[in-house]
Amino acid sequence: MFRSLREDEGTDVRIAQVTLSVDGEACTLPAGAPVASALLRLGSIARLTGLSGSPRAPYCMMGVCFECLVEIDGVPNQQACMVAAADGMVVRRQDGHRAASGVSSR
Amino acid sequence: MSLGKAAPAPAPEFAIVGGGLVGWSIAYGLVRQGRRVVVHDEGDTALRAARGNFGHVWVQDKGAGVPEYHRLTRESALQWGDLALGLREASGIDASLQQPGGLSFCFDDAAFEARACLMRRIQAEAGDFGFEFEMLDRAALERRLPGGPALGPKVVGASYTPYDGHVNPLRLLRALYESAIALGATHRFGAPVEAVDPVVGGDGFEVRTAWGTAWTPQVVLAAGLGNARLAPMVGIDCPVRPVRGQVLVTEKVQPVLPFPTADIRQTDEGGLLLGSSQEEVGLDDRVTIGNAGAIARRAVDTFPFIEGLRIVRSWAALRVMTPDGLPVYEASTTHPGAWVVSCHSGVTLAAVHVHGVAAAIAGGRLPPAYVHCSARRFATDASGGSAASSVARKEAHVPQPA
Repeated sequence: MFRSLREDEGTDVRIAQVTLSVDGEACTLPAGAPVASALLRLGSIARLTGLSGSPRAPYCMMGVCFECLVEIDGVPNQQACMVAAADGMVVRRQDGHRAASGVSSR
Repeated sequence: MSLGKAAPAPAPEFAIVGGGLVGWSIAYGLVRQGRRVVVHDEGDTALRAARGNFGHVWVQDKGAGVPEYHRLTRESALQWGDLALGLREASGIDASLQQPGGLSFCFDDAAFEARACLMRRIQAEAGDFGFEFEMLDRAALERRLPGGPALGPKVVGASYTPYDGHVNPLRLLRALYESAIALGATHRFGAPVEAVDPVVGGDGFEVRTAWGTAWTPQVVLAAGLGNARLAPMVGIDCPVRPVRGQVLVTEKVQPVLPFPTADIRQTDEGGLLLGSSQEEVGLDDRVTIGNAGAIARRAVDTFPFIEGLRIVRSWAALRVMTPDGLPVYEASTTHPGAWVVSCHSGVTLAAVHVHGVAAAIAGGRLPPAYVHCSARRFATDASGGSAASSVARKEAHVPQPA
């Protein structure tokens, strides 16, 4: 699956590492990396769409396509590519649209 | 396109100027009746109100003081189901019509009473045609939204009419285009029409663009704000002006809003559209923080849960507004074969444009039902003032976004 070029070059050791969880699965990555990169490293989809139920994963990696929506620390519909990873972050994949009340449907 | 010696296609009978909702509605209506049509479309640089539309199919309080306009709007709303069905069959595109009726909210007792008076007046003016409405106080409104969103503390009540609904206006434009093309319409895309020149002797018109000149026996001006410039070329006054409207759209959420309101609707895809300002700012179609904020505030005053939703996009568009807010349907008397169609409700009125108005144009005359929309109301009389009937209507009609 995806891996960091900086890890291959051995330069990642100088950057602080953080660990977050995606649906309970731990993922360690450089601080400041987008949450979407954790999804890519784990080979995980971001969500199932609310209209067709089809899977979506990070795609544009620059905040345009809205494919990588996930719940981060209880807040749904976050663009995983636009949020920097932080230690202890709890990321959950979404199944369908969020509820209007602000509570995720998962 | 085939080159060589193939026989040329028969010349179009109608040149339509304008590739927005109005132009394509008329085009679709004409080709459905077997008429040959070419649509001149300025292209994606056009101001194009059709691309910024809120998507209402909206009756509510339209046409107070002008029962003919109320009736026209109602008839279009009633025909919308047939239009959506026809478009889906012709193009495979679903315009996402939902028509559960609509709500218009009041935030103080005076506004609620004024609205009740307005609705009773429309009912009285409707006569035998009838007009169903309900004034729902806060308790009745909550019963109408069981398990639905909580109301804001300032909400006093709302009017409800069963005719209202909403569609996806972008899919509607695409569906009209695909349906008209499938039935043989020609699309000339990418050059604004510079002039429509009547040919001396009454033998049709020359439609002039940067790409050249094309002759047409009949021409329909449906150029939105461009009609102000083009209509006088065929002897018709059409003094339309831009009225800016801004719209916000939220992230997608589970279905929460069973009825569209005058300012809020949840699309079939889940996002909430929040509208809509009425701004006299000329040809400026930029968004502004101040008016976007006011739109968001009113939405939160209506349904407080909206405060917890993220806004993912906002945009502005320019409505095509006549001095009295009524549409223009006119056949030129000085240059027979020239027609002018203008309105600010290209979605709501799409059904009568496809059905009645296109049939009238194909048949060569506008029936009496459209007399109240004649452009003759803009003509100045001998004393230099506007026609008296137009003044009365100006006071009576409050333009609504749709």
